[in-house]
Amino acid sequence: MKFLPLLLANLRRKKVRTALTIGSFMVAMFLFGLLAAVRAGFRQGVEVAGADRLVVIGRTGLIQPLPIPYMQRIRRLAGVKDVAHSTWFGGIYQDPKNFFPQFVIVPEDWQRLYPEYRVADGEWRDFLADRQGIVIGQKLAQRFGWKIGDHVPLKAPGYLGGTSWDFNVRAIYRGTRPQDDEGQLWLQHRYFYEKAPRYWQGMVGWYIVRVSDPGQALTVLKAIDKEFANSASETRTQTESAFAASFMKQMGNIEFLILAIGSIVFFTLLLVTGNTMAIAVRERTAELAVLKAIGYSDRFVLALVLAESLLIAAIGGAIGLWFARGMAARDITSGILPTYLSGAALAAGAAVALGTGFLAGLLPGVSAMRLQVVDALRRV
Amino acid sequence: MVRVDGNGGGEALIRARGLDKSYKRGGEEIHVLQGLNLDVDAGEFIAFMGPSGSGKTTILNLLGGLDVPSAGTVSVAGDEITAMSRRKLTTWRARHVGFVFQAYNLIPVLSAYRNVELPLLLTPLSAAERKKHVEGALRIVGLQDRMRHFPRQLSGGQEQRVAIARAIVADPTFLLCDEPTGDLDRRSADEILDLLSLLVSERAKTILMVTHDPRAAERASALLHLDKGVLVEAERERQAKRGLEVTA
Repeated sequence: MKFLPLLLANLRRKKVRTALTIGSFMVAMFLFGLLAAVRAGFRQGVEVAGADRLVVIGRTGLIQPLPIPYMQRIRRLAGVKDVAHSTWFGGIYQDPKNFFPQFVIVPEDWQRLYPEYRVADGEWRDFLADRQGIVIGQKLAQRFGWKIGDHVPLKAPGYLGGTSWDFNVRAIYRGTRPQDDEGQLWLQHRYFYEKAPRYWQGMVGWYIVRVSDPGQALTVLKAIDKEFANSASETRTQTESAFAASFMKQMGNIEFLILAIGSIVFFTLLLVTGNTMAIAVRERTAELAVLKAIGYSDRFVLALVLAESLLIAAIGGAIGLWFARGMAARDITSGILPTYLSGAALAAGAAVALGTGFLAGLLPGVSAMRLQVVDALRRV
Repeated sequence: MVRVDGNGGGEALIRARGLDKSYKRGGEEIHVLQGLNLDVDAGEFIAFMGPSGSGKTTILNLLGGLDVPSAGTVSVAGDEITAMSRRKLTTWRARHVGFVFQAYNLIPVLSAYRNVELPLLLTPLSAAERKKHVEGALRIVGLQDRMRHFPRQLSGGQEQRVAIARAIVADPTFLLCDEPTGDLDRRSADEILDLLSLLVSERAKTILMVTHDPRAAERASALLHLDKGVLVEAERERQAKRGLEVTA
């Protein structure tokens, strides 16, 4: 602590330069935070997937509905503990840009299969009592300013007739974990089958299956697909995490893209900061030589340069991540992805910032460490 | 007493024997110092004079442990510093040597107080003890009312006084002053020389000073001339009342 005034004084030496370098870290870490939040959004499905849940879809994909009688046949299979079904609604609220996921659900089944989502008991009862009732996530409510009791019209997609469907907000759900998606809308299956075209009667989008033993998930999913093999509607069953991962892959190699952008940003940051630190050390050659002359060790001089670099990185990184966290908590993808910045991502960001700060200060620090007092003073 | 004949007794504070220093520049070997002997007792104020390139600063660097000789030994208070490792030498400098440079070499972003405190940060002294020492050193150089000032807010003479305070604050065994008045006007230079003389006469400091200025050299108790790396002349000190003796 007694060396802190020396450290801080060095940072105040060129205030504009220090501010700009801190700003570089801030911007880079802000970008890192946003990229991490978007990546988390893409991976959200994988991360929240229940280890004991399987997803059964049509063999040709989600666009192929499955018959409702499959539910009983799946329930009878060995290793199956519970089953629910759901269907993608895909309604439009005012503008197609206002995208958000909408699922047709059987409330009781849904509640059993997804205990991580919590709804107040009174609101849930109101939802059950109103066939046009909907449950919305907390973030979705914030996004559109919806409140309990609000009337929400959605324009159904063409395959559901393209007409306007009216809903009433009866409940708001909250996730129990930070990564839980709070941007969904759930509507009742009763209302759906009332209004949906005839060819949807008796069909569902997919099944969600809970297995008795997650260790037997592979056996169960094979049994399900075998059960419906050679039928008119063959199935493809996956674990929930594999389903989410394959869904993510359809959007391209997002992780690679994020990694590539992040790497370029940090390589540039390293060059910029390293150059700045090198200039800062070169300007102070005589001072560092004097410090050594009066008894400061080579290692101390190295530590001093590294500490300056790390302090800049820590300040800039902390501010950048703080802003990114605030931004990620907002709806930056217009509801397409449930972005959030986890504690692990923040820790990774801090590590990246400090690592970059360390590397940026290392070469100038080693150069300062090797400085020969006599040579340096002769140059003054 | 100061001797340059290599016959000094074991009681000398600083003792150099057969000091050689040479550099290689473009394939040519340049001998800066050749076979230099020196014995300096505690409490002496020695001035080194000589033309540029004669090796004055090199002597200070070798005696202060900033540089290592090509041959020969340097002992201070019984410790042979030429046998010390680089790390040990750094620790030794912190304890035994106070440096005063021509260009003051203060840290511009630190106040006078913080500049003077720098050597004490390497000691186990508490903050309160450091404060006491720093204020004492600044009082000695007459700048106790300028301790919060930054170097840019001080005159050249005041900056050099802060540098002297920094050099004496840890109570080193001896001071090495390299052209301490070289960048100062006459009046400021006189003030600095008065201060150095005071440190010798009243605080029994040992000072070795390199200078081009004959008036500065006159203040010293002994004057040594260097020419082409050899101590060629030694003048008897002028302050006979202190009973000092120079032997060539």
